[in-house]
Formats: sequence, structure tokens, C-alpha cells
Amino acid sequence: MKGNEAIAEAAIRAGAEGYFCYPITPQSEVAEYLTKRMPEVGGVFLQGESEVAVGNMLFGAASTGKRVFTTSSSPGISLMQESISYMAGAHLPAVLVNIMRGGPGLGGILPAQSDYFQAVKGGGHGDYRLLVLAPSTVQEAVDLMMLSFDLADKYRNPVMMIGDGMIGQMMEAVEFPEEKEIKRNNPDESDWAVNGAKDRKPRIIKSLFLDPHQLEDNSWLLDDKYEQMKREEVRYELYKVNAKNKLLIVSYGTMARICQTVIDELESEGISVGLFRPITLYPYPMKELKKEAVKKNIKTVLTVEMSTAQMLEDVERSILGKKQIEFFGRTGGIVPTPDEVKSKVLELIKPKKKAKTSEKKKRGKNVK
Amino acid sequence: MPGIRIDKNHCKGCELCIRACPQNIISMSKEITVRGYYFAQVHDPSRCIGCQLCAIVCPDVAIEVIAHGTSYALIEY
Amino acid sequence: MSSNSNVIFSRPEAMHDTVTHYCPGCTHGIIHRLVAEALDELGVRDKAVGVAPVGCSVLIYNYINCDFMEAPHGRAPALATGFKRMRPDMTVFTYQGDGDLASIGMGEIVHAANRGEKFTTIFVNNAIYGMTGGQMAPTTMPQQITTTSPKGRDVSQVGYPIRMAEILSALVTPSYIERVAVHTPQHILKAKKAIYKAFKYQVEGRCYSMVEVLSTCPTNWGYTPQEATKWLADNMVPYYELKCFKDPEKTEGF
Repeated sequence: MKGNEAIAEAAIRAGAEGYFCYPITPQSEVAEYLTKRMPEVGGVFLQGESEVAVGNMLFGAASTGKRVFTTSSSPGISLMQESISYMAGAHLPAVLVNIMRGGPGLGGILPAQSDYFQAVKGGGHGDYRLLVLAPSTVQEAVDLMMLSFDLADKYRNPVMMIGDGMIGQMMEAVEFPEEKEIKRNNPDESDWAVNGAKDRKPRIIKSLFLDPHQLEDNSWLLDDKYEQMKREEVRYELYKVNAKNKLLIVSYGTMARICQTVIDELESEGISVGLFRPITLYPYPMKELKKEAVKKNIKTVLTVEMSTAQMLEDVERSILGKKQIEFFGRTGGIVPTPDEVKSKVLELIKPKKKAKTSEKKKRGKNVK
Repeated sequence: MPGIRIDKNHCKGCELCIRACPQNIISMSKEITVRGYYFAQVHDPSRCIGCQLCAIVCPDVAIEVIAHGTSYALIEY
Repeated sequence: MSSNSNVIFSRPEAMHDTVTHYCPGCTHGIIHRLVAEALDELGVRDKAVGVAPVGCSVLIYNYINCDFMEAPHGRAPALATGFKRMRPDMTVFTYQGDGDLASIGMGEIVHAANRGEKFTTIFVNNAIYGMTGGQMAPTTMPQQITTTSPKGRDVSQVGYPIRMAEILSALVTPSYIERVAVHTPQHILKAKKAIYKAFKYQVEGRCYSMVEVLSTCPTNWGYTPQEATKWLADNMVPYYELKCFKDPEKTEGF
């Protein structure tokens, strides 16, 4: 199944009942799939007039207590930042998927990971964070999509899954849980959702607190959630990490799969390299990364991203200078080939004299 | 005979009811409420005809209209 | 006729007893009452959801006794769309000012109306930004002085006031669009009928409904409440024609 469609079906199986979207490459197939599928399960499918409107439709729909989500790509997600900030401030559960494309600006339509900061550091205004998940296979995208709805409900906070164009367009075998086990939120049983003030005081879904004490309380309430996420929701994967590793690669999403190929090739050449793959980008697995990175056998940590180094800052923050950290990345939609990553690894393990110059001269020569 | 009750706490002294009253029997008080507003009051309740115009124009819904007998049937609100 | 005293006019059940924060003489309060009365008379208060805008009337959720959502500036129609689509059984309404609806939210309101979303919009047009201290709004009158048009709105620089009722009624999708005012008792009674009708169409699941209500802003217009009603009558009513622009009753077979 194609990534985009698998993500859509995963949401259906997770009991999603509302999907609001705006067409944008590279994830329009999600909408095309759901325009048929959502009505089949009695759900709501609506294409809005802009991502600004779509983000706010999501806010309205989430207020019913039902499971709702949207998918978009980088520029669209930028337009939704206001509504995401409002949803966080109003304690609303909602799931958003960003199938990233090259940026900034209109950028390009090829895969990239250059929205890391926007997703992880909170792209909108105010003290809030998003729980951010990053799948590297289509099956994992399905699993994380379903997990996103549970986490959104658990924390009553927006959850964002970020993939890239490749995950969206890739075809892979996928399994889903049985359709009959779909469990849906019942709005009338909710103790916070807006379901009509019958025999109770009215409920107000809001994020306005003119009294600073109340606003501070609300922000610390959000912070408590994020502390709980840090305690309970950190997820990561180790690939061929062992005592023989000379170098540790840190990478996520489809970029990590390319690194796995490199690791296998190097292994056949007798060079042991391990991969640390964060699955939750917020809460970031800082303690766990540090534990692996500080091991004696690790000479260097190499962060590999499809961006000009964004996750690098979190890697540095985790390791706190205890180990030399290097970076390799391509962006703009160019996906690093295994050979490029491999040559960078070899360069770091067996340093040659003239290594540095090759990178500098490439910069900017293709820009018209 | 019909009459009105003006809730002093709600009244903000905007005086819209004064002009709306066809009988001209509403005027502003001399003393002010705890909120710092002069409030409207009826200085000649006997001439009230229960027409509800004061209550209709009151932006703070501070006026209740009471009526007996048939007089209030004039305006079906 | 019972001879005991009975109250023939009082605060509607759908209206909290709190004193509003609105300035003395601001007719938001009247419009709140008309909305509350419509909810009571249609018996939908306990399954109604209001969407509060950003502006003076953001605190409407403290005054009207039903569930509320608070929208980012201009996005109320999108919230209402999202909610109503998920819960068509509930009565959804947005209460928006002219900055919220006709300026930043123009995209949202036009598309919601064009999709024929089955919720109700109460659009309060007081020709100014009230909450933020009296700036020029899209509906500010020509030559009207505001803090951002100190020499009066210069139509050659910023164009003419926007007539929302006309714009929305030009959409082909059936809807109920009426403009009313609340500066005199008889106008208020007409406004009440229009607001009631708007909600009735929603309860019947007929169409999108929007009532534009000309309203005063004594503080930022710089008039007493009484003078403000006169200024509205002399300046706004001629420009903003008070009539029903569109009614599904008449255009159903379009």
C-alpha cells in the first residue's frame, strides 16, 4: 500500500471520524483516498478553502470529543500554526501529519526533514509543545498514526506525525488491525467535550485567560503534560549498536533507513557502526542517546539529516560535549545516497588530509 | 397597574430607556451605585402603561416589566 | 386574565445574570438578549454551541448560557464548520464583529456561506474595532474618524465600507441573509424576528443563515449612547440597507 493511503486507512482503523484537508503535494493522495473511504465509515470528509481554515475546522471538530485529524505538507503546516497553538492552549486532542517537503518558502516538492524545528520546538506562539513522532517505514507510519490518536486523547494535546515525501509515496506491505475492532470516542461520555449544556454548567473551550494568574496556571498545566510525556512517551530504536561500534549515527525517518543500508555495507567491510534512531522527536530521547554516545568505543557521533542541521542541536543538547559530534546532510529535496553517507563515515573514522575542501565549493553554485 | 423594576446593579446609566419611554417617567438617580454609575429610576410609576419599550432598548437587560389585567396585551412581545 | 402581577418581560433563561463588560449604551447587550431569546424560544439552549470571536464580544461566553468555543480572530466560521459537520444535531452559531468577520475572517465566512454550512452567524457591524480602541474597520463609514483614520476614512486610499450582506447574498448557494439594526425599539423587534428566523432555519436544517446587525459603539465613536443611535440612523442605515437579501423560502427552486 502507498504510504499516504496507509496513513489514511490507519486513521480510519484508529476510529477517526473527521478529516479536514487542503490539497498539497506530496500528500494529496491521503485526501483522494479518504474522500471515498471516510463516508464509508460514516465519517466527515471536508476540503477547506485554505490550511488556515482547515486548522480551525480541526479545532471545532476536536471540540466535539471525536477523533479528528488532518494531513498536509510543510507550507500548509506553517499556515496551521495559529490553530495548533490555540488547540494546545485549549487542551484539545487532534492529530496532524506533516509529509515534509523541501523548504523554506514554496521550496520544492521532494522529500526533506527541514521542518524539525517547526514541529519539535513548537511552531506557534506561547508555551506549548507538540508530541512529535517520526516513522521510517510505512508499517511504522501506520502504527504511529494509530498511536497518535491514543496519545492525543491521553494528553488532550495535538500530536504531530512527521514523515517526508518518500514515506508518503513509498509502497510497502502493511497490516492493519481488524476493522470491526474500531473503537470510537463517544462525545456524550466525555467530561470536557462540548456536547450541549443539558443539566450541567456550560463548557467553554478557550485559550483566553486575561487574568495572568490563570494564564500562568494554564501554561504550567501544559508543562505538566510535557513532563509526563518525557517520563512516559520516549521511543527510540537502536540498530546494530554494540561494543564494537567505532561511530554512532543519529538519524530519524527514512533518512535512518538509508543509514541502515550504509551500516550493513560497512559491516561487511569489517567496520562496525551503530544507529540511534529517535522515534519520538518530542519528547526527545536525550538520556538514552547520551547513554549510548558516551560509551568508550564510540569515537564520534554523526548526525545525518535531510536538512541543514536541525536535530543536530538536540543531539548536542543530549551529549553535552562529552563526545565529538559531526553532521552530514543534504536538503532541498535531495536525498543523500548511501555512498555519500558512507564516505562521510569513513572520512571520520580514517581521517585523510584533504577531506574538508570538497564540501565548501559545492555551496550555492546551482542557485539561479 | 403595570410597572417596571430596574436592577440597579445592572444599570450603567446609559439613559437609552429615558428617551424610549413614551410617558417620560424615567430619570437618572442622584446617588451612584457601587459600580460608579447613576442608575435609571421611575419618578412617576402611576403613569406607566407597561409598553416595555424601556426594557426592549436596555442593553444590559436591567429592566423587568410587570403588568396585570388587560393592559399588557397591547404589545405582544 | 389573572389579576396577580405577572412579569411580561424579563431576562431570558439563556442569558446569565452577570453584568456585562460592555460600555454603557453599547448595543451588543441587546443583540445578546435577542440571541438568548431565540435559543429559548426554539428550545435549543441545551444543545447549542456558540463560537466567540476575537473582539469586544469575545466574552459572550460569560453572558449566554450555553456551551462555547473561542475562535482565533476571524476563524469562527471554520470552527463552526468543523463542529457542525461532526455534530449536525446541535445548534451552532458564530457571533462576530466587523473586524473579525469582514477583515481577517473574510475568507472563512465567504467559503462557509458558499458551502452552505448549516450554522447561523450573527454579524455585529459597528463600523469600528471596539476592543482594541477604535481603529478603522472594513465597515467604517467614509469620512468617519477613527484612531487609524484621524482625518476620516479616505475612500480614495482605503476604499469604501464593505457590505457583507450584499456580498454573501450574491453567492448562488441558498442561504438566509438579512441586515437589521438595534438602535430603536421597532428596529430591535425586527432584528428579533430575523435572528429567530435565522436560528429556525438552522433547526430545520434548511440552509446557512447570517444576520448582519448594525450596532452602536458610543465609546469609540465619541458619542453619548443616545447620540450614537442617532449617528447610526443618519449615517449607517442609508449606506447599509436594512432588508432581507436572501431567503430560501423565495429562492429554493433556483
